[in-house]
Amino acid sequence: MDISQFIQRNATCWEIAAKGNMRVPAIIYADEQLLQDMDQKVYEQITNVASLPGIVEAAYAMPDAHWGYGFPIGGVAAFDPEQGGVVSAGGVGFDISCGVRTLHTGLNMIELQPHKQALADELYRKVPVGVGSKGRIHLNHDSMHGMLKGGAQWALDQGFGEPEDLERIEEHGCMAGAEPKYVSPKARERQKDEMGTLGSGNHYLEVQQVAEIYDETVAAVFGLKINDVVISIHCGSRGLGHQIGTEFLKDMAMSAAHYQIALPDRELACAPLASPLGKQYLGAMRAAINCALANRQIITHLTRQAVAKVFPDIHLGLLYDVSHNTCKLEHHTVNSQKKALYVHRKGATRAFGPDHPDLPPVFKDTGQPVLIGGSMGTSSYVLCGTLEGELRSFSSACHGAGRAMSRSQATKQWQGRTLVDELAARGIIIRSPSMRGVAEEAPAAYKDVSVVVDSADRAGLARKVARLEPVICIKG
Amino acid sequence: MNSKTIAPYWEHFEHGADIGIRGIALTLEQAFEQTAVAMTAVITDPDQVLATKAVSIHCEAPDHEMLLLDWINELVYQMAVQGLLFKRYQVAIHEGKLSATAFGEAVDRQKHQPAVEIKGATFTELHVYQQPDGAWIAQCIVDV
Repeated sequence: MDISQFIQRNATCWEIAAKGNMRVPAIIYADEQLLQDMDQKVYEQITNVASLPGIVEAAYAMPDAHWGYGFPIGGVAAFDPEQGGVVSAGGVGFDISCGVRTLHTGLNMIELQPHKQALADELYRKVPVGVGSKGRIHLNHDSMHGMLKGGAQWALDQGFGEPEDLERIEEHGCMAGAEPKYVSPKARERQKDEMGTLGSGNHYLEVQQVAEIYDETVAAVFGLKINDVVISIHCGSRGLGHQIGTEFLKDMAMSAAHYQIALPDRELACAPLASPLGKQYLGAMRAAINCALANRQIITHLTRQAVAKVFPDIHLGLLYDVSHNTCKLEHHTVNSQKKALYVHRKGATRAFGPDHPDLPPVFKDTGQPVLIGGSMGTSSYVLCGTLEGELRSFSSACHGAGRAMSRSQATKQWQGRTLVDELAARGIIIRSPSMRGVAEEAPAAYKDVSVVVDSADRAGLARKVARLEPVICIKG
Repeated sequence: MNSKTIAPYWEHFEHGADIGIRGIALTLEQAFEQTAVAMTAVITDPDQVLATKAVSIHCEAPDHEMLLLDWINELVYQMAVQGLLFKRYQVAIHEGKLSATAFGEAVDRQKHQPAVEIKGATFTELHVYQQPDGAWIAQCIVDV
């Protein structure tokens, strides 16, 4: 990307002044090299987002921004319903409420080492993963309704998990305002056998070790010490979310003219927040958020069962659970006024700072844990939300590394089996039903997550707390 | 090259995080068939899939591009709920209505080594048009 198109505000803040149809400026947070390496499409997409009705302050792109669908992946935008604001299915994406959950194990690496293979086998046996995998739960009409309304709370009521889990999940495990009646029969059909499945692509379950601590005080509150073993789960709302995204994207694109919205790109399909279609999407999308929260809760239960086979006496408690494809009603200050805004985060993590009322008391002084997943074989990071993040990006940070190379390029360059052997030589066990899938997810096919996280830290979007290294990766 | 000699074919094209599917043929129907083979090839090698089961598919849309989107999304849906992979397709299009049969078999994870699930077809790079040489192009990006 040509950086002469930007006004440089500081080392990590680059602004595109409002011009043409843009209603607000666009701002990208990244260091100079990351910005230069970004696709020009990010520029086009973030300026398009800035042209949508009712957008406030600015359209933001996170340091991991890349070419997405309408919105760039790594895009953040807030809309004011009182100014004709919109909700966009493309601004949330297909995998609604895809996110990361991290669990403490209470183990350290010395304790894990002799049992690594056994644990990998148990996890791979217990957690359904990959194309065509089905869960052991079959939802009927009533249980589907309960799940869509109740999220992780519903899962808990079915015996999956512990009450203490809920306060460490965004929305306390249950997204309010879900309207199952707007979830189509097809979306339900696609989901009824998929609860408690990881999916494929970049989704995974990983056993990780704490390799580096950057902030001892916050890490202590988060319960992280060097050489501790944690488990992270990365997945979303499965077929249900994909189907809702597919259906509303089309409905919104076809009704844009009716709502007199000039779309610079059909993929930016949106509807006024106050319109029937906007309300239907919000109701369905919130139900899909609950589906993702329930899914991660069930996978947590399966993980606990698998771990108990190898380590019968340990307890897996939650560090936190974040979602990175959402639109949520939040209160933010704009021009010294407290406003209720619909914040879209497409491939961006909510990152509330200290004292935020929605955080549980344990994180009052630290801010929210921000969980950033790496790719297979590379580091993941734990960060914490900041007060300045509220001013910079409506309390949002990056979500991962982003691909550097397409899937077909990756399969030309690597073979799955060779990668598995190379990672094994580095002490990382991979379990996957598809060697081609492994090749497509080769670590070097992704950008360096460390550079992305450093940029987010320097920009003040979130602060680095700890770095995690993979030990076992169950891959879709 | 004389377009009359073009045999229908498919290809993939690049997108940063995902993948583009494209069908090229002398008729719109065959181009749609080829785009669908390109979609299967995102998941597995189509040559490894047997055509032992047939599924009927019908969709209707106001224009060719919306019809392509609906066609691919309907296949994604059928693959997901029936646990199938498709090898080949027979498509008929008349006045914005598509009627098709998709032939395939149940997913066998050992045999097919399916690499990735498709979440949905997108508007990105969505184009259906006829080239000056007569060949139809039908393409879009799929989110995986």
